[in-house]
Amino acid sequence: MPPLPVPTAQDGPHAPDGSEEYETRHVHQVYEHIASHFSATRFKPWPIVERFLNDRPTGSVGLDIGCGNGKYLTVNPNIYMVGSDRRSSNLVRIAHDRKIQDSFVADALDLPHPNTRFDFAISIAVIHHFSSPERRVEAVRRILATLKRPNAAGENGGQALIYVWALEQKSSRRGWSEGDPQDVFVPWVMGKQYMASPASNEPTGTSSCQEDKEQQETPKEVTYQRYYHLYRKSELNDDVVKAGGVVIESGYERDNWWVICSPSGGNPAA
Amino acid sequence: MKILTTNYLACAVKTCKSEPAAFPLHFKDAELAREELELNPEFIKNVLPRIDWPALAQTAAELGFTTLPSQKPENLDEQTMKDLHTLLMETQVMEGKLVCGNCGYEYNIKEGIANFLLPNHLV
Repeated sequence: MPPLPVPTAQDGPHAPDGSEEYETRHVHQVYEHIASHFSATRFKPWPIVERFLNDRPTGSVGLDIGCGNGKYLTVNPNIYMVGSDRRSSNLVRIAHDRKIQDSFVADALDLPHPNTRFDFAISIAVIHHFSSPERRVEAVRRILATLKRPNAAGENGGQALIYVWALEQKSSRRGWSEGDPQDVFVPWVMGKQYMASPASNEPTGTSSCQEDKEQQETPKEVTYQRYYHLYRKSELNDDVVKAGGVVIESGYERDNWWVICSPSGGNPAA
Repeated sequence: MKILTTNYLACAVKTCKSEPAAFPLHFKDAELAREELELNPEFIKNVLPRIDWPALAQTAAELGFTTLPSQKPENLDEQTMKDLHTLLMETQVMEGKLVCGNCGYEYNIKEGIANFLLPNHLV
């Protein structure tokens, strides 16, 4: 693959072009580089995700779409979870070492699953990386399509828990709030100890990053920029409805909006 | 790639989604490994009703597991429980391909990890 041009990646507002190629450069390739460092910081399950998974009955089968390092795959040993991620095959390799579950590389918009088979799904901190409103709603629609429908026998449909980053996080160190731009680059500063090897720690030309010019010989750290869409209050719930789903419960936790949703009755969109 | 997972896999190509031939995917050149795991009887008992049995029987036959009953067992005796645990949870496909019976696309499995990303012309 020829080297991709290095964008002028600055923190802050950014206008995405809404394409898959944009996400490849500003999301997937970045995670490929920061996988081991990212994984080392992602070990504690968030309380609402943990509760959701522990509430699933024994023998439930579900998906973790955008599983990253797979930290949620092992929360409840009495359920079966299939994790997938496309951002980074390095992250999936970390996830795959969690023995009692399974994981592979797949795109959230082209999931390799039959429709209406799953008891549940989670997608934590993933959909905010899609770079257009249409792609974000489509991602929710695809998740809902995998879930069991409510049936005539009175059985409930499957449920999905979705988390996205909130625009309203005034108390966080980033300090964004209502009225700020929603499409932004967010830096990930990676220390040298996480760079895999001299051969693979060259971010230039393969990702959206900035390198301190003065330290180009032996950089102490490298800053990568990831694209995010920051969700306004009720925006995620609106997306669920646009995707043909029903909101069961929703809320705000630690700078994130979350929703538990279900497909409405009837046939899923193919 | 565990065998239980394959019971939940279909071709990722959109036009294959509604085609019966796109599920289950078929193994080609599969290299298997077995990793012992503790049996969770309650889990096996509860996962059984969720399994698409004809698809599992087909997958098992392709991989050379010939002892699987042709019908979904009504009652799980100890041996059947153990056999199912071995097949669904302990058996892993480490290398090989998963092939769509509808479009013929082949998904690679390397070091136990399958890759379902599609080339641009199939997205």
